[in-house]
Amino acid sequence: MLIKLEASAATKKDAAAIAGKFTVEKQTEFRGELTLVVTRAQFHDIARFAKDQLGYTYLVDISSVDHFGEEPRYEMVYELQNFERVENLRLKYTVSEDDATAPSVVDLWPTADWHEREVFDMMGITFPGHPDVKAVGHLRRILMWDGYPFYPLRKDFPLAGRDSDTPDVAFSRVAPLAGGPFVTAPSTGDTQEREPRSREME
Amino acid sequence: MSTPVAYDSKIEGNIIFTKLDSAINWMRKNSLWPLPMGLACCAIELMATGASRFDISRFGAEVMRFSPRQSDVMIVAGTVTYKMALAVKRIWDQMPEPKWCIAMGACASSGGMYRSYAVLQGIDRLIPVDVYISGCPPRPEALIEGLLRLQRKIEGEHSFLAQKPALSAALA
Ligand code: SF4
Repeated sequence: MLIKLEASAATKKDAAAIAGKFTVEKQTEFRGELTLVVTRAQFHDIARFAKDQLGYTYLVDISSVDHFGEEPRYEMVYELQNFERVENLRLKYTVSEDDATAPSVVDLWPTADWHEREVFDMMGITFPGHPDVKAVGHLRRILMWDGYPFYPLRKDFPLAGRDSDTPDVAFSRVAPLAGGPFVTAPSTGDTQEREPRSREME
Repeated sequence: MSTPVAYDSKIEGNIIFTKLDSAINWMRKNSLWPLPMGLACCAIELMATGASRFDISRFGAEVMRFSPRQSDVMIVAGTVTYKMALAVKRIWDQMPEPKWCIAMGACASSGGMYRSYAVLQGIDRLIPVDVYISGCPPRPEALIEGLLRLQRKIEGEHSFLAQKPALSAALA
């Protein structure tokens, strides 16, 4: 596949259309993909606009980033795709730690259901508009089990994990790290040298 | 242990004298029905072991049973996450005695490369393991070797004594 070096005129026009109607704090382009940093308050409207007016009918992925030590701490990343032109548009906004909630877009893209549950499960950001909240009052876990008390992808969560007990469901214990995680280190050595090994954590 | 203690060729009708333990163990070890607890990539090698090239049926263990009630040896093949751990334990508890467990591969034996919050650091933290097999994944030959070791272990068990302690004591 060819690496696109520049976003197409049509995608740039879409970005301009969003910027014309809503607040866009920053716009960047990398390898032909546009990223718009928007605001949480307007995000749901922007998402609806992108889907209904601009043809971004496919939600590829939702992810969250923990900028631990910064404020606002979290960032949501939405990857949209226009099926007709097969071009992506990335929307981001920040979420503060004190109010770690985000608008749900399950009403626009049903596929967002599990993505949002995963963001909740791993990062602890909640989606008050998610169908789970209406059905059972809270978001259900998706990778970990219901009752697991931590959010493992937060930067302040140790890789080794923490003790937890959910009777009859599951438990977890701290893993013996024995000198650090198994990771590769950048090296020009042969495969034996490049193999993942237990290394001291800084 | 499994060698017949006597054979009288004068007696016609194929009668063999042996110890009850030897006979029971001989039957048990050659008809180990595995419960394939395939949880990750190791299960692929487990499948290969069951298929024609390696053919685990040469050792009487080809009858993979997905019902714990019908199986004798649980082959834990793969990464045991905490989310799965109690389910594995529950299936193990449902297996009738006598039962054995083979921890196949680094993950099942020790958590393997997954030193993390999500993975049980070895299935022996929940259920007793008879044979550990190293490798990531172990080759089918290694699994067969593990099975043979388990068979050797079964040969040395006091199966009659374990099952009928009162009767054994009365006979002694
Ligand atoms: S030991 Fe290796 S091959 Fe086996 S389940 Fe673990 S990671 Fe997969």
